Amino acid sequence: MWSLITRHLNDIVAVALFVIGFADLLFQRNMIKKIIGLNIMDTAIYLLLASQGYITGRKAPIIVDGVESASAYINPIPSGLVLTGIVVSVSVTALLLSLTIRMYKKYHSLDLDHCLMMARREG
Amino acid sequence: MKKDDDLQPILSRLSGKLRSVYKITALVLVVLLFFVLAAAMLGMPAIGNKNNPDNNEVARRYIENGVEETGAVNIVSGMILDYRAFDTFGESCVLFVATICVTIMLRIDGQNKEDDKEAEKKDKTSFGIRESAFKKLDSRYYEPENDSILKVSSLIVIPIILVFGIYVILNGHISPGGGFSGGAVLGAGFILYLSAFGFSATERFMNAKTVKIITLVALLVYCIAKSYSFFTGANHIESGIPLGTPGAILSSGLILVLNICVGMVVACTMYSFYALVRRGRI
Amino acid sequence: MDFIKNFPFFSIMLCMFCAIITSCLGRKAAKYLTRIVLAAVVGLSAALLVYTYINGGSFVYYMGHFPAPWGNEIRAGCLEAIFALFVSAVAFLSVVAGGKAVEYDVEDKKENLFYILVCLMVSSLLAMCYTNDLFTGYVFIEINTIAGCGLIMVRQIGKSVVTAIRYMVISLLGSGLFLIGVTLLYSLTGHLLMSNIKESLLPVFESGDYRVQLTIVIGLMTVGLSVKSGLFPFHLWIPDAYGQSNVVSSSLLSSTVSKGYIFLLIKIYVRTIGFDVIEKSGVFNICFVFGVVAMVFGSLIALREKSFRRMIAYSSIAQIGYIFMGIGLGTKEGLVAAVFHIFAHGITKSLLFLSSSAFTEGSHTKSIHEIKGLAYEHKFSSFCYSVGAFSIVGFPLLSGFVSKLLLGGAAIGQGLMQWIALLALAVSTILNAIYFLRTVIYLYIPPEQPLKAEEPKPYSSMRGFSYAFGVTVLVLVNFLVGLASGPVINIINKGLEFFS
Repeated sequence: MWSLITRHLNDIVAVALFVIGFADLLFQRNMIKKIIGLNIMDTAIYLLLASQGYITGRKAPIIVDGVESASAYINPIPSGLVLTGIVVSVSVTALLLSLTIRMYKKYHSLDLDHCLMMARREG
Repeated sequence: MKKDDDLQPILSRLSGKLRSVYKITALVLVVLLFFVLAAAMLGMPAIGNKNNPDNNEVARRYIENGVEETGAVNIVSGMILDYRAFDTFGESCVLFVATICVTIMLRIDGQNKEDDKEAEKKDKTSFGIRESAFKKLDSRYYEPENDSILKVSSLIVIPIILVFGIYVILNGHISPGGGFSGGAVLGAGFILYLSAFGFSATERFMNAKTVKIITLVALLVYCIAKSYSFFTGANHIESGIPLGTPGAILSSGLILVLNICVGMVVACTMYSFYALVRRGRI
Repeated sequence: MDFIKNFPFFSIMLCMFCAIITSCLGRKAAKYLTRIVLAAVVGLSAALLVYTYINGGSFVYYMGHFPAPWGNEIRAGCLEAIFALFVSAVAFLSVVAGGKAVEYDVEDKKENLFYILVCLMVSSLLAMCYTNDLFTGYVFIEINTIAGCGLIMVRQIGKSVVTAIRYMVISLLGSGLFLIGVTLLYSLTGHLLMSNIKESLLPVFESGDYRVQLTIVIGLMTVGLSVKSGLFPFHLWIPDAYGQSNVVSSSLLSSTVSKGYIFLLIKIYVRTIGFDVIEKSGVFNICFVFGVVAMVFGSLIALREKSFRRMIAYSSIAQIGYIFMGIGLGTKEGLVAAVFHIFAHGITKSLLFLSSSAFTEGSHTKSIHEIKGLAYEHKFSSFCYSVGAFSIVGFPLLSGFVSKLLLGGAAIGQGLMQWIALLALAVSTILNAIYFLRTVIYLYIPPEQPLKAEEPKPYSSMRGFSYAFGVTVLVLVNFLVGLASGPVINIINKGLEFFS
């Protein structure tokens, strides 16, 4: 069992991080903390994705010395996907933060439930 | 935080029963999700094993023929900007659409202005701060006029940051890095410059108009370059763009151009996010 | 290669170009450019539909210089073409009919930004519709989500900001789950292209090594996409998002955005993982159960709702339930019925939202009692609204009737499912009839005192030819799809044949 876990350590840590972020999203009422939770979730997914492409003992896929045998480098695809994913998460975070600023200006609170209640009462 | 008095009963009622039911369900859900996913992970192919199904002919071809086919020594750059360029094109559009949304939210004109004034009033009453002191607290009016430590140290650091950012962008195809990371470094440099010397200094080279033009031109070039390569690729026409010698700065065809475009877009986006948050216009 | 094969690529890129150029245009120019581009995309999609229908089969289009497993590619057949036609046509008609509403709700200086969002949304929907690559699908899902969030918050009142935050948080959760699914699928098969995944998944499935993982992957993707499309337990954001945003936004969000996710889900089921594998995993039964619950539950809350536009929004929950029930039947007939319902509901819901803007003076909230007798003031709009209401209830001659007929027909012969499905259809139809016909009756109640010659309201006096044009076309399309449903069903059938 232990060896199984160590072999999948990255995966397990990624899942644990994802769940922590998810719990953050569900339990926190403060928007900033919710956004932090979302970021943790994203990071967890990137960890999972990046570790799928890793191969023990190999180098990053940048061919400097002209060594072109495929068995010297790791799988480049997940790295590329992570790059794309990071940009997505940056944009989403910026958008959520700007929405939070507007919400704070309007209702003077960062508590999403509270603001929702105020918005409902506005009719 | 002070809440409205007549909201209190509703909130407390909600935070009573409903809240606890919600919390228990959510907790169960979270724990369940962890165990399901962890169990699934334990059965997946082990990490770091070279015989995993994902180390197949696709990855092998990228590494073996990547340099020859794309001209980029950095295989990841070659992959995201040539083999899988449609994804990356989508990625820049994500950045673009996020900028548009942030602009709608934070650029101050019309409705936004009223909200702002009200928020200011509330801030003053709830924190009980004198007008003059408040102006200093609010970042929109706060310019660090006398912060000489920041000024002097940023004078030394900013040129290095900017040069490094440009280096990362221009070497995206031959070393680690690329348009996005270099653009983020450049954007950080601009933001540091802004916080050290204030808007009056940055407006000389970065204002709403320049940001708009740079973003427009970079995105258009990106869009046209990619459309050209998609169109020629799909219709089996030779693209006719020289790939150059792998490893040189001027090599790898369109990848260098695309990296520069992405870098400019990202730098402008980062800067405009910061400026919009701080004073409501770029 | 035929030149017409470039059309999917052209329509995606045309929208992107339009979005980029619009960022430096004034509001008038932005409006007309968007209309022209969307009309062009409608034309391109229609031509593509004719071409693919005549030639049969589907074709692959390289996005770049590299073939299948190495580069990105898009793929088009009948089904993709008709979906693209549907999306672009609904977007075009909404923008045309709601032009005044946009002017009314959005600040002058930000109106061009609204049209950027519309263009990007349409292009991402087209990309999701045509793509043959899972990760491309993910990226364009994100564009769609952010553009959708922008469309909700563009009114900039407090409520729409809070609604946008909720929409964003829930949607991001969905896309996170979807991305985990993509990651796991990638590490099991080593491919991101849909057809290649299916090829290499078959031996994996037959060996039985990764059966649990495969089920979890299917589950994650289904949950992720149904969270975004607003299936029953995840529906909480729908009424606020559709009921309070700008009319054009509600029309676009309810009839195209949520359908795009469902279309991608069908694509994943049929093309990526394979219908047989999905059937063995039991996901269809779960879809069926949640679909049925959504049908009844959505109608029940809609019955209770007092606000006019929120009521229309709640009925979307029930309609999404119909689609998932069709998918959940697990047969080809069910899938055809589900796809047909996507189209029928899309054109009906946009008609309802757009024509209701006449009674609510733009995008204001009004309770259903406040619309009493308005039919005598807005004769044309209330006729169009009634057509929409009759269609969604399932009145013969209209598109809603055909889709209900197809759903019922697909359910027959499915054992226990047959009875549940038919019962749910009956209950939901009755509830639909109660709450939609109630509004129609309210509209046509004669006002107690004779109409005073009031001053024209700022909004209603602004509507004009383009509104009439857009809504009329939607009414005609509704009749057309209802009367000549044969060809549409034929196209869907043929498209599904070459879809996998």
